[in-house]
Amino acid sequence: MTERRVDEETGVETTGHVWDGIEELNNPLPRWWLWTLYACIVWAIGYTVLYPAWPMLSGATTGVFGYSTRGAVAAEIAAHDAQNATLTADLVAADLSALTAGDPLHRYGVARGSAVFRANCSQCHGSGAAGAPGYPNLLDDDWLWGGDVAAIAQTVAHGIRNDTDPDARWSQMPAFGDILNPEEIGSVVAHVASLSATDAIPDAAGAVLFSENCAACHGDAGLGNRDMGAPNLADAIWLYGGDTDSLTQTVTQARFGIMPPLGQRLTDADVAAVALYVHGLGGGE
Amino acid sequence: MNYLKLIGLGLTILFTALAANWARDPAYQLHAVLVMGVAVFLFWRVLRQTETEAPAPAPMGDYNDGVIRAGVIATAFWGIAGFLVGTYIAFQLAFPALNLDWAQPYANFGRLRPLHTSAVIFAFGGNALIATSFYVVQRTSAARLWGGGAAWFVFWGYQLFIVLAATGYLLGATQSKEYAEPEWYIDIWLTIVWLTYLAVFLGTIFRRRERHIYVANWFYLAFIVTVAMLHVVNNLSIPVSIWGSKSVQVFSGVQDAMTQWWYGHNAVGFFLTAGFLGMMYYFVPKQAGRPIYSYKLSIIHFWALIFLYIWAGPHHLHYTALPDWATTLGMVFSIVLWMPSWGGMINGLMTLQGAWDKLRTDPIMRMFVLALGFYGMSTFEGPMMSIRAVNSLSHYTDWTIGHVHSGALGWNGMITFACLYYMTPRLWGRTEMHSVRAISWHFWLATLGIVLYAASMWVTGIMEGLMWREVDAQGFLVNAFADTVAAKFPMYVVRGLGGVLFLSGALIMVWNMWMTIRSGRPVTTATPARYALAAE
Repeated sequence: MTERRVDEETGVETTGHVWDGIEELNNPLPRWWLWTLYACIVWAIGYTVLYPAWPMLSGATTGVFGYSTRGAVAAEIAAHDAQNATLTADLVAADLSALTAGDPLHRYGVARGSAVFRANCSQCHGSGAAGAPGYPNLLDDDWLWGGDVAAIAQTVAHGIRNDTDPDARWSQMPAFGDILNPEEIGSVVAHVASLSATDAIPDAAGAVLFSENCAACHGDAGLGNRDMGAPNLADAIWLYGGDTDSLTQTVTQARFGIMPPLGQRLTDADVAAVALYVHGLGGGE
Repeated sequence: MNYLKLIGLGLTILFTALAANWARDPAYQLHAVLVMGVAVFLFWRVLRQTETEAPAPAPMGDYNDGVIRAGVIATAFWGIAGFLVGTYIAFQLAFPALNLDWAQPYANFGRLRPLHTSAVIFAFGGNALIATSFYVVQRTSAARLWGGGAAWFVFWGYQLFIVLAATGYLLGATQSKEYAEPEWYIDIWLTIVWLTYLAVFLGTIFRRRERHIYVANWFYLAFIVTVAMLHVVNNLSIPVSIWGSKSVQVFSGVQDAMTQWWYGHNAVGFFLTAGFLGMMYYFVPKQAGRPIYSYKLSIIHFWALIFLYIWAGPHHLHYTALPDWATTLGMVFSIVLWMPSWGGMINGLMTLQGAWDKLRTDPIMRMFVLALGFYGMSTFEGPMMSIRAVNSLSHYTDWTIGHVHSGALGWNGMITFACLYYMTPRLWGRTEMHSVRAISWHFWLATLGIVLYAASMWVTGIMEGLMWREVDAQGFLVNAFADTVAAKFPMYVVRGLGGVLFLSGALIMVWNMWMTIRSGRPVTTATPARYALAAE
């Protein structure tokens, strides 16, 4: 405990307290600090009057502006909907296959579809739509279930092999591990690989097994069948990989790719728009 | 007394043996074995002591600095661990292959991230707070720590908490609450340790031989009391089984979210702000050799900070299921909090009045000043980001990560380094650190690291926010989420490099501490003689 003293450096009096040699100057609160604090308090009170803030017995004050975050979002969405109302109605009513590139409605559909695609499709098919193993590339002209705009719209709306939409596209490849022995599977794989690789050695036994077991869906020449979503095996485009290991796994265990029915989540206009967008990516028929 | 201890430890060994046998998940099993190991070791130690004479009562005329020496070493150790994991996960975000397929699920970002946050906040920051608070409260109260061995219980109990939490994360035991991930039994253990900490701290204040309680101790006390309250309320949960780690939260839905961010924000407010201001109020005037700038400011900004911080949590939940009125209140309280936060910065910086020349010669002083600068910057940035309109851009982006790190690296990290540099020579009987030049190197490496980190996160955060909200004239989204991820890549690399620099600086510090400690020896400091007559 020492007496108050005047600090030589600053000419300010100390409070007279000392702890382990630490003293305190008796400076007042800095004016600018105090006034800024007051200004913040005044602003805070004003803000809570203008915006929803104070909890009451039931509910809370709504504020002079009547603002709400949900209301603001709804207003923004409504404004865009109103702006696009005519185009949206036209798009739902339109025959999509009759729309041609350059047509204002087609342009609108593609613009809208690209946004729908980014938010709903890019997670699996990639933001550039180039696909990934198990998720088809939408830029090429190889279509599993059909590449005209109506077929694409059907696939988007109802999805593939899901059990939430009775109209989903459906087919199932058997797991040939239960039907053929490993040696036979090896032959089939060699034959399938030879369909698209010019330098591969044809496998006669595999060809026989193929025609007995696979041709019913994939066709004698392995060109596929869109009614069953059976892929073309002769175009060197592979959904799950075309190397021997991947093909062996595909034949042995089969594949069962699922796509959700986006019609349950999107509006009719969104489905039409995204179909137009995907159709226009390069491979549309 | 020893027999009671032996019975208690024996029961613990029995229970943990049963728990290890009946454990429902690997985390719980490992923890049961760990705790059993600790209990067996303690049982053996107590047994040996029982056979000898009762130890002499602890000396009262000097400070209990042994536990602080241990805390100083633990702080440095956990700091390196935390920075290392942080740097690694920064590179994981830039190069996902670093998640290491062969080390799944343990090396997954999702498990390493809480390891990093808990290591730096609770292990590094927590040990720094406990060690400095014990250092400060003894010296500003002119009294030895209360409770004898209780301080050692706090130290080792806290290390056990850290090990249990960290191994639990790796094995997948988590409550999934940010900064409150440890499961129920770890929470209960921390509660016991923390209440002991409170008792030791308060006991020392009660036996102080100064008339007034120094301002640093107000802040430390506010930190200890509030963290106890936050921890207990946010971790209210019911275990699924006493033999397993999983528990179910008592609150659900938006109530749980609100409780979580009331906790989360005040972990920042009371752990990383109030506690570290306690450090500032002792070590800055000591290092500067100058009086605290304003007693009045310290009172006003202390009470304003304590009163306002606790209401600011809802600003973490803008545009969520939380009602608008609650987020408005959280936001305005955050704005009003701006000046009370700055009060600490002003009081720290203005304490250098008459000692500014030390910045040229003393790298430790430079660290304190830089820490205060970053403190001021983040406590301005925070209120700004809490404004609803700003938050609609910044929320969920890397801007938040940048904000947290300019506070954590700049303020908490720097002031902790400076305090370690202050305490280490004094605790081991040296006049100064082994190498002052190395402190300068640490200062510049760390500063550069923080600048790279904060700048890259501002750029990538604001870019990401703008890309997410970008719509064309007809109101359609322009970017896919993956586009924003791809665009952030270069900034993620810069951020990782910032981490490397910060970590390198800390490694230099550890070397410097090691050299200082090696050539020194633990010293005992007597409480001031002029109080001797008043001593009990």
